[in-house]
Amino acid sequence: MLSLERVTKIYRLGAFGLKKLVAVRDVSFEIGEREIVSLIGESGSGKSTIGKLILRLIPLTSGTIRFEGMDISAMNSRCLKDYYRKVQGVFQDPFASFNPIFKADRIFRMVHDEFYPKMGAREWSEKVEGALRAVGLNPPDVLNKFPHQLSGGQLQRFLVARALLLDIRLLVADEIISMLDASTRVDVLNLLADLRARGLSILFITHDLSLGYYISDRAIILYRGRIAEMGPTERVYNRPLHPYTEMLMESVPRLDRKWEEEIRVEREGDAAISAVAGCVYAGRCPKAMDICTQQEPELREAETGHFVACWAK
Amino acid sequence: MGLKRSEFLFFAWRNRKLRIGVSIVIFFVILAIVGPFLTKYPPNEYVEAAAFPPSKEHWFGTTIFGQDVFSQFVHGLKATFVVGLIGGTIGTFLGILIGFTAGYRGGMVDEVLNMVTNIVLIIPTLAVLIIIAAYLTVRGILTESVLIGLTAWPWAARAIRAQTFSLRVRDYVDLARMSGVGSMKIIFGEIAPNMMSYLLLVYILQFGGAVLNAAALDFIGLGPTNTISLGLMMNYALLWAALPLGIWWWFVPPGLAITAIVGALYVTNVGLDEVFNPKLREM
Amino acid sequence: MLQVENLTVYYKTLRGYVRALERATFTVADGEIMGLAGESGCGKTTLGHSIIYLRPPMNYIEGRVVLDGQELPIWDMERMREFRYRHVSLIPQYAMNALNPTRKIGKMIAELLESREMNYDEILPELKRRLDLVQLSHDVLKMYPIELSGGMKQRTVMVVSTLLNPSLLIADEITSALDVSTQKAVCEMLVEFRDRGFVKSTIIITHDISILYQIADSILVMYAGQLSEKAPTETIFRDARHPYTQMLIGSLPKVGVRYQEERLRGIPGSPPQLLDPPPGCRFRDRCPVAFDRCVEVPPFLEISPGHFVACWRAY
Repeated sequence: MLSLERVTKIYRLGAFGLKKLVAVRDVSFEIGEREIVSLIGESGSGKSTIGKLILRLIPLTSGTIRFEGMDISAMNSRCLKDYYRKVQGVFQDPFASFNPIFKADRIFRMVHDEFYPKMGAREWSEKVEGALRAVGLNPPDVLNKFPHQLSGGQLQRFLVARALLLDIRLLVADEIISMLDASTRVDVLNLLADLRARGLSILFITHDLSLGYYISDRAIILYRGRIAEMGPTERVYNRPLHPYTEMLMESVPRLDRKWEEEIRVEREGDAAISAVAGCVYAGRCPKAMDICTQQEPELREAETGHFVACWAK
Repeated sequence: MGLKRSEFLFFAWRNRKLRIGVSIVIFFVILAIVGPFLTKYPPNEYVEAAAFPPSKEHWFGTTIFGQDVFSQFVHGLKATFVVGLIGGTIGTFLGILIGFTAGYRGGMVDEVLNMVTNIVLIIPTLAVLIIIAAYLTVRGILTESVLIGLTAWPWAARAIRAQTFSLRVRDYVDLARMSGVGSMKIIFGEIAPNMMSYLLLVYILQFGGAVLNAAALDFIGLGPTNTISLGLMMNYALLWAALPLGIWWWFVPPGLAITAIVGALYVTNVGLDEVFNPKLREM
Repeated sequence: MLQVENLTVYYKTLRGYVRALERATFTVADGEIMGLAGESGCGKTTLGHSIIYLRPPMNYIEGRVVLDGQELPIWDMERMREFRYRHVSLIPQYAMNALNPTRKIGKMIAELLESREMNYDEILPELKRRLDLVQLSHDVLKMYPIELSGGMKQRTVMVVSTLLNPSLLIADEITSALDVSTQKAVCEMLVEFRDRGFVKSTIIITHDISILYQIADSILVMYAGQLSEKAPTETIFRDARHPYTQMLIGSLPKVGVRYQEERLRGIPGSPPQLLDPPPGCRFRDRCPVAFDRCVEVPPFLEISPGHFVACWRAY
């Protein structure tokens, strides 16, 4: 349904844009119908940039993103509107998604004015209430209020409800529960999972490995703008192929198993140096070989549907 | 406005700063409109003995030449409002136009506009005004205001551009874009409302700046040739040694009025900020 | 050993007192790493900070804090000065960003020690030993904070804040801004510091309970300004008695759990306003097993050795 082909995003920084920051490089993957894919990475991995690229909120540097075969960079404003009818996003900070000086339900009115200008007030408010109920909100409790009068969880549901007003096919969910309280997080997570039953696909962007495991069919592990590993969630988690993924799986604080008794301080100082030619992880990698610092490994299929970018495999 | 008008008025009325600020400004506006009808003396006519202190006949006394200060004051007040209004509006309008365009579009557009802004910024405004004013032999308040407005916008443009820059990457702007809302509507529907009090502050600065610039021009004899203004009054007072002679009634009213008007506008701004921002409002 | 008795701290606001912390009573033994867990606004940060930096808008209402048999004058910012850093040390949430960017790390440490009437050169050998321990090069002392990565800054802050072997270390959300790999290293360092006797008791404030499972000896769970439960870590996870603790732990996604197989559930509702909270147990409205008794505040009682709980159903 959605495919990314060698997508690259380079930011130009500093005076005259002389400094370059490679946020995402040569990232290719697909999202199929009714599929939940989690995009997992630490800070600076480029995961949010990919989300914004898919939503066409920032321009690509190179590569192509296609939705149902159409190149989204080439879309004119009418096509783009049609794209947004089917592809929507929800972001990390629920409060930042609402213009603080307006009431929260204004985001629904905006959808009405732009996408359903002919729909009557009565029919529309029924549609809105239906969407609110679908995300587990009681309309009278949440309508006609300012954002700061609602909780973070309610606001995130609001944003999901907004997406449901459209003929949505793909939802980009960027860290949408990381700012919510533990006791309400899982409900929003379950809500996303339930959306799949309505025929949606979801790109779930997160830094939290346990969330990715809970919800997704496939997992993509990003490291500094590149895909390190990609495959069915269970296989990526239980039989990781990339040394970076292995390290992540060992370090994530789990509730069923304690950390192994050894201090392995990451050699962060080296990380910056290695970035020139070879694998971006080579500087931190315990299994690094000569070739790793000379040539960047391509993403290869190591077993069916399970891809890894590592010379050792 | 996102707030319904009735809600806005409700919160606005509840805010004391706003009430006080607006009241003072309105008071002076009324004085400027009604004042000229309350006095029988033309502002620049020599009607009485020199330097008379305030009396029943001359409420604010007379100048060293025997002109009625009250009459000068209310006429000057009117001129001051006209300069502030026209000069401030032109400056703010240009600032908004250029600031929003540069800030929201970014990229090349921003760089070109930024260059223009910087060029206008480094040209010594007063020098240009002096040259132009000297070139025009007949000068009125209107010409003066337009000239001031045309040279005063760069600061406003820069400030608005910077604000727009930080607001355009907000998630709610992205959300509006994902709702298919066009650029103009995003600028004026999403970004501008969040800068309302900021824009008002810009306007106040432009307003005050215009008033002060006018006073400066008046001082060096390049002000309007055919009328009176508060700036002109103070400068005449200064020129003719009202201070050492103790003719306080000559310079205190115009000085006080300028201070009060600009001060009141500032208080209004703070009050409006509280009204616009629901978080501050609930305290 | 830290003993806290009946500690009550409110926030003063224009609309009245926010009852952020009420009647907190607990102890942290020597060598104990206690995790302080709860959701945002539950009072865990208020509790942590009030032991060392009780300043407006925080208002001391009542209670005692005793460290190694000596009462801390927590209500007096001035008198607390002699205890701060030397006996009680705090690593605040954004400590890494709080480092003065225009000062070299070594100079900053020297100034800090001077303000406590101590000599930098005397302490330098020990400082270097500790930098070795956390695998930081001695060059760090000659660097500016901006030259260090997030993890390096965090380790530096940890070394500095424990340099004088304080009795009590309070670490406030020190891992939440870090990536998982650095997170683990920082956590293990806390354990190492305890094992080597650099600190006696440690309180780790965090919203991330899985971190506590890894390194804490005991966990204190708070809810809406009140203590809910304190017990050894294993007990909290396997045999919690407070419904809030049970539901909170039950709501956590874990690696190995997929929603198709095991659907986790959150806690419906939201915590009460602390400006004018309802009487009794504050979890009452969201509690599935609440009954009439819950309109009274349940006492925080020891139901088995080391296991304290505040719930009428648990006694």
